[in-house]
Amino acid sequence: MNSTLASQIVTLKIDGKDCGARGDETILSVARENGIDIPTLCHYDGLTDIGACRICLVEVKGSPKLFAACSTLVTEGMEVSTNSPRLQRYRKTILELLFSERNHVCAVCVSNGHCELQAMAMKLGLTHVRLPYRYPNLKVDATHTRYVQDDNRCILCQRCVRVCAEIEGAHVWDIMGRGIEARAITDLNEPWGASTSCTSCGKCVHVCPTAAIFEKGKSAGEMVKRSFVSELAAKREVYE
Amino acid sequence: MSKARIATVWLDGCSGCHMSLLDMDEKIITLASLIEMVYSPTVDMKQYPQNVDVCLIEGAASSDEDIHKLKIIRLNTKCLVALGDCAITGNVPSMRNMYKVEEILNRAYVENAVLQQQIPRIGVPVLQTRCRPIHEIVKVDVFVPGCPPPSETIYNCVADLLAGKTPDIGATTRFGK
Repeated sequence: MNSTLASQIVTLKIDGKDCGARGDETILSVARENGIDIPTLCHYDGLTDIGACRICLVEVKGSPKLFAACSTLVTEGMEVSTNSPRLQRYRKTILELLFSERNHVCAVCVSNGHCELQAMAMKLGLTHVRLPYRYPNLKVDATHTRYVQDDNRCILCQRCVRVCAEIEGAHVWDIMGRGIEARAITDLNEPWGASTSCTSCGKCVHVCPTAAIFEKGKSAGEMVKRSFVSELAAKREVYE
Repeated sequence: MSKARIATVWLDGCSGCHMSLLDMDEKIITLASLIEMVYSPTVDMKQYPQNVDVCLIEGAASSDEDIHKLKIIRLNTKCLVALGDCAITGNVPSMRNMYKVEEILNRAYVENAVLQQQIPRIGVPVLQTRCRPIHEIVKVDVFVPGCPPPSETIYNCVADLLAGKTPDIGATTRFGK
């Protein structure tokens, strides 16, 4: 935590609402404290924010650029707009890119009904994808005794990477490759079941927003994720 | 008042959307009094008619025949509704898209067949390289996601269209529902 920033009190406007915040807070956290909803996919309470998904993009007055609310600090006098028609349009397009990039077949997915990507489509009113689907041939790694990793459903939010490194301290997960070739991998791209660093704790399973990581033995719609990681992280902060 | 001319079409899908359509209990009687079913798997009509007011399309565009049908439907229909996930996303039928057509046919009709191992070529529509959402082929006016969309959603959608309103699919359905 940056102590200089943390000691500063700044005032800003989010969607016209006057907000007070500490200087080390992000636009996202201040918005949520003030009851203003900014949609997110890669953000997870208790994990470091990395701005991977871009769903939380907001406009800041005076800048032509868009900012990821999860990883932009508030500054004095900032005027933030979180839900303009332009942002709604961009968020929909981002979702469409996510859906078209891999193979998301909700009807037969273990996370059907409990998926954050699916819920986001509903929330943003996405009824169809205007871009052509890519239908890539991707791997499913079922070598772990308890869990499965399915690249078809991965949105590269990197929650698994962060939770494993930051909370479990094992750092089994990483991202290999760039752009459209990027893949979540275990150890040095070895089968998950052969991983010597994995503790089988299951934290990656439960922070995964889709069913890119899920428990074995679950059928369509049966994979319900538990939200214990944020609580663990919060408790740890108290004891630190 | 003349009855609205309604059609339903079954492309590459499992017929579950049609089952959901038929599952609207007594509301189907209300609907029946407002519409004339001019073309459907439930109606013995070989040719797609002209001047159709609303056409509900279940299933993805998978074969040459599907593409041909869609073009004829679009020419003769005022409002085209993509009904269900297969029509909208490709859904389960599109899971073949990561393989070559020949690989799929070989798997189904040769590798997994015990008797008469042969790929059917005569009298069956030729599969396209990829199974695609129907809006990649023709303009779609209304999208109703779901696998299948709940019958309530289908009823409300058709009722709204008949009343000249834009259907509000909203929170009543979603991909995979």
